[in-house]
Amino acid sequence: MSTVPLQHESLAATWRLPSRGRVGMASLIVAECAIFTIFVVAYIYYMGRDVSGPKPHDVLEVPILGTVCLLSSSFFIWLAEHAIAHGNMRSFRIWWAVTFLLGAIFLGTTAQEWHKLITVDHLTISTNLFGTTYYSLVGLHATHVVVGLILLLTVLLFALAGKVRPRHSERVQVLALYWHFVDAVWVVVFTLVYLVGR
Amino acid sequence: MLWNVARSRCLSCATLLVWPHWPGNIFSTSSTPAREVHGLSIFILIITGGIFIGVASLLVFALVRFRHRTGDMTEPPQVFGSMQIELAWTIIPILLIIVLFLGTARVIFAVQDAPKPTSALDVTVVGHQFWWEFRYPKYNVVTANELHVPLSDPQSPTPTFLKLTSADVIHSFWIPRLAGKTDLLPNRVNEMWVDPHEPGLFLGQCAQFCGTQHAKMLLRVYVDSPQDFQRWIAQQQQAQQSGTPDPGDVAANRPESSDAITPEQGRRVFEEQACMNCHTISGTAANGRFGPDLTHLMSRATIAAGIVPNTPENLRIWITAPDELKPGSLMPAMHLNELQNAQLVAYLTTLR
Amino acid sequence: MDAPSTPIPGGIEGALDVTPQTRSRATYLEVLHDWVVTVDHKKIGLLYIGFALIFLVVAGLEAMAIRIQLAVPHNTFLDARSYNRMFTMHGTTMVFLVGMPILFGFGNYLVPLMIGARDMAFPRLNAFSFWVSAFAGIFLYFSFIGGLGLAGTGTAPDVAWFAYAPLTERPFSPGHNVDYWALALFASGVGSIGTAINILATVFCMRCPGMTLSRIPLLAWIYATVSFLVLVTISPLTAAQVMLLIDRYLGGHFFDTQAGGSAILWAHFFWIFGHPEVYVLVLPAFGFANEIIPVFSRKAIFGYPAMVAATVGIAFISLGVWAHHMFTIGMTSLGNTFFTLSTMLVSIPTGIKTFNWLATMWGGKLRFATPMLFSVGFLFQWVIAGLTGIMLSVSPWNWQLHNSYFVVAHFHYVLVGAILFMIFAAFYYWYPKMTGRMLSETLGKWHFWLMIVGFHLTFDVMHIPGLLGMPRQIYTYEPDRGWTLLNQIVTFGAVIQAVAMAIFVYNLVHSYFAGKLAGPDPWDAWTLEWSTPSPPPTYNFPVDPVVASRRPLWDLKHPEDPDSAFE
Ligand code: HEA
Ligand code: HEA
Ligand code: HEC
Ligand code: CUA
Ligand SMILES: [Cu+2]
Repeated sequence: MSTVPLQHESLAATWRLPSRGRVGMASLIVAECAIFTIFVVAYIYYMGRDVSGPKPHDVLEVPILGTVCLLSSSFFIWLAEHAIAHGNMRSFRIWWAVTFLLGAIFLGTTAQEWHKLITVDHLTISTNLFGTTYYSLVGLHATHVVVGLILLLTVLLFALAGKVRPRHSERVQVLALYWHFVDAVWVVVFTLVYLVGR
Repeated sequence: MLWNVARSRCLSCATLLVWPHWPGNIFSTSSTPAREVHGLSIFILIITGGIFIGVASLLVFALVRFRHRTGDMTEPPQVFGSMQIELAWTIIPILLIIVLFLGTARVIFAVQDAPKPTSALDVTVVGHQFWWEFRYPKYNVVTANELHVPLSDPQSPTPTFLKLTSADVIHSFWIPRLAGKTDLLPNRVNEMWVDPHEPGLFLGQCAQFCGTQHAKMLLRVYVDSPQDFQRWIAQQQQAQQSGTPDPGDVAANRPESSDAITPEQGRRVFEEQACMNCHTISGTAANGRFGPDLTHLMSRATIAAGIVPNTPENLRIWITAPDELKPGSLMPAMHLNELQNAQLVAYLTTLR
Repeated sequence: MDAPSTPIPGGIEGALDVTPQTRSRATYLEVLHDWVVTVDHKKIGLLYIGFALIFLVVAGLEAMAIRIQLAVPHNTFLDARSYNRMFTMHGTTMVFLVGMPILFGFGNYLVPLMIGARDMAFPRLNAFSFWVSAFAGIFLYFSFIGGLGLAGTGTAPDVAWFAYAPLTERPFSPGHNVDYWALALFASGVGSIGTAINILATVFCMRCPGMTLSRIPLLAWIYATVSFLVLVTISPLTAAQVMLLIDRYLGGHFFDTQAGGSAILWAHFFWIFGHPEVYVLVLPAFGFANEIIPVFSRKAIFGYPAMVAATVGIAFISLGVWAHHMFTIGMTSLGNTFFTLSTMLVSIPTGIKTFNWLATMWGGKLRFATPMLFSVGFLFQWVIAGLTGIMLSVSPWNWQLHNSYFVVAHFHYVLVGAILFMIFAAFYYWYPKMTGRMLSETLGKWHFWLMIVGFHLTFDVMHIPGLLGMPRQIYTYEPDRGWTLLNQIVTFGAVIQAVAMAIFVYNLVHSYFAGKLAGPDPWDAWTLEWSTPSPPPTYNFPVDPVVASRRPLWDLKHPEDPDSAFE
């Protein structure tokens, strides 16, 4: 049994390829971007086309707290990435937990907002075009936050159990990439829904 | 079945012989927009035909010339590419595309942005599952399924501008010999125009899948001489008098006549049953908008969007069981008795 | 090739893993279990292919039903509703349950082998994607018996494969047929996105040493491009399905025109997916041609860099042409002009490809084995199909041709004449690798010639009723329109196609048991998959191969004239 003659030893030794985790996550993010684009386009297309109220301006409040929490969480997860890369597991656990908490607070503020919209303003997904596009766009983002939080929590639990090691650094980075993406999307959604669309 | 086959064979053979008179032939045009497209399509066909002949001859030549000969065990010389040649077959298509594109752009603007002369006639077309509503706002005329437009003399054109919209789903208005198609969408008004140069009947049909009976949403356009058109309009403008009990006619008011098969009794059934919720007959209480306007039903050659001739027998079948002629149409079977049906037919056939 | 068992020139034996594969006997249950839990890219590839073949026969039979119904005017073989279900299911099945899976199947099987990898980047994701897609297919077909209605009167979708709004909204489509459609496409979309991610990661991260991006076989380049296209086009479709489901289940108004929603928005969303989708389907067919034509012309592919550039170019241009499906929807003249131009631009990269294939054959020594026959058929039909595409892109002419049988003829010319033909070529070419046995050449020739005759009878003639004003998606037509004879010829052609396909299916089954043994390299080819035994062992390569050129096996077979000397 033999194979193609290895006449290019030197080549084999220096052969480096990108990490498949990163390429995979980058591809997933491309797909997600396309999905969000469609929902964003629908939102823009239907802005101000409602035949009945309530209108965004009447019911939406700018969610400052949630936004600050979510965006800063990106910074903390970066600290956590940094920590694990340098083998500093204690600070990794702390920063990771902070990230998770901030994400959870964001989700809480969204839940509160929806609760108010439904009970006070009587805006549901079937009320009018604004309701349909608003709940589906913000809801799509919230779904991603939920998925992100579940992943963060899983890692957190493993980390607390001492099962996460510095050699997992790359996987943690792949996950952090996803979280950064969720944050970046929020910038778009926030600008569109609460700044432009209001 | 066999009979069907035989008959249709004969029909096809017969129609083959009269090629230009195929009712939907897009190359046998009779109105400016269709004619513009026809000219353009010949131009495109010539260029693409040329490209095809070029590429196909190269292919056939290669197939014949470079066949492997038996016994030849050597490999041919390996060629990996050639900058000049590859550049050539990038640039030539670019040039061809510029030509194709400029020719096309001219026609797009000529047809779509054609100015609307003041002499133009306006018609609003509303698509319904599975029939057409035509409104002439200037004349206050509403009709269905058979559109009448005036002949347009190239010297002093009287084109017809159509405003297209839909009451439910997307449909598409297509009379191949007059113009290309344009869709009818709910919540939106599209425009198209025709200026027919030859009188007669032009056939078409709905060209966007719109549900069960999309296939039987046929379309008939009559191009009338200006005099005929004016006569037609004048006739359509009259309110419908038929079936109005004549106050002098005591017979009509006699109680036992309720089972007489007369237009008066038919009208009574029409107004007592749900018919009037869906249909309009001007001059009566019926003003439903869901179904076709029946005011001048008998001025139409066909019923139910062109699927059968407008005969008393077909009318009877239609109002007894619309599904027999057009399964899935949105007119319900009304479950009336024989007598009522007969009375209705008696009434409908007087709606001239 | 005339002599498939041409002895491999000296030197190559050393490169081959010729250890005989010992097969221990397994019970049926064990075999089944083995296939269900497999994460081996080759087995998953075969699962995809088998799954797609079953649906090819199903959707083909639906096409036959369509053709029988249209053979005579006012036919009563199918009623209006069943006919509408037939073409909706035929189109949806052919695109999502035949086209995509069969191409993903070949991709799964071939890409790792061709780039010298032992498996895909994410083997378990791979298995997941397949089973999700398989579920989608079964779910879609369950609609025939599921949903409302008694047994046999199920509610298969009847809204056409592009399912224009607002026909799909609750008021116009009560019942569950549209839900089946939307959910099935949603699931199949998830599967496709998973596979696309996997293929991208495989091509970029799993190449064997020396396999730089400028050396990977063109097929791998194409699969990477296709995967990218899948990511950016299937995702919008998935998003649109979610919106449709929100409308139908939660009372949303995305496409509800009564509440101010828009019918055009769906059309845009669908074709933003739908147009690039057709290139997702055709690019792998190009990929097969890129591998097969050189081997049977005995020459290297002409203009490799140009081919890569053209592939990527097609992908990018195709993202900006979708509204050529909407020329009649009421766009402004400027919009029509723009989309006419962008659509025509696609013909430049496709032209480069076409001419490069011609140049590859030019000066070669063509051997007309069945894979090559199908490739030549493909080349010829592809040019015609592309040119009718150009005619359709001329928007004024499109106002006439749109939604007529001319369009149906155009896209079957591509989907059958180009893609299906190349898929057949791929079967004849790689079946020996997959099973270890050759497909019968005699049956292959019968298959090819019957297919050619049937195809041209069907789809050449089908252009004419379109020019005579026959719209598509009609379950019957009037006898006075002059379409009858033409439709009869079309139906007759379809029958011949069915015979050809039956021969093909027979060939697949028969040759599996009785075909000539193939050996590792029956076509005297040059890419890495031919350096493994047929079928390859689970681990593909016992030792990672190392390559120095685009045609590693050429280098081995021709040490006096290796490609690596030129690169
Ligand atoms: C794999 C499938 C596939 C492929 C590859 C294509 C390729 C092309 N298609 Fe087609 N098309 C479909 C599948 C496909 N199509 C389907 C399924 C539909 C209908 C969907 C539905 O409504 O249900 C459709 C519909 C469709 C329409 C809309 C018709 C309508 O509904 O009104 C148009 C309009 O522009 C179009 C155009 C083109 C063009 C310009 C190409 C080009 O890519 C072709 C380019 C190729 C060439 C031009 C030939 C080779 C080039 C040369 C030899 C160089 C020299 C040539 C020139 C300079 C011109 N197609
Ligand atoms: C890959 C895609 C693909 C393929 C391969 C085909 C293949 C065929 N198609 Fe299809 N078609 C579409 C994609 C495809 N089609 C799409 C997207 C639409 C649009 C749908 C819509 O409008 O919504 C469409 C619509 C469509 C229509 C228009 C319907 C309408 O608008 O009313 C017609 C009409 O003739 C048709 C015919 C055919 C025929 C005759 C074939 C033939 O080539 C098929 C031949 C195949 C067989 C006949 C298989 C039979 C196999 C056997 C018999 C083997 C048996 C052996 C054993 C059981 C062992 N197709
Ligand atoms: C629920 C609504 C509805 C009711 C009730 C109804 N129709 Fe109709 N009718 C329609 C629709 C819709 C059409 C168009 C059907 C088509 O062509 O697809 C139609 C078509 C017709 C036509 C053919 C018109 C033409 O020009 O083609 C006649 C005649 C007709 N109806 C008569 C009647 C009579 C008589 C009654 C009462 C016994 C009646 N309709 C009750 C909805 C209704
Ligand atoms: Cu109306 Cu089709
Ligand atoms: Cu397209």
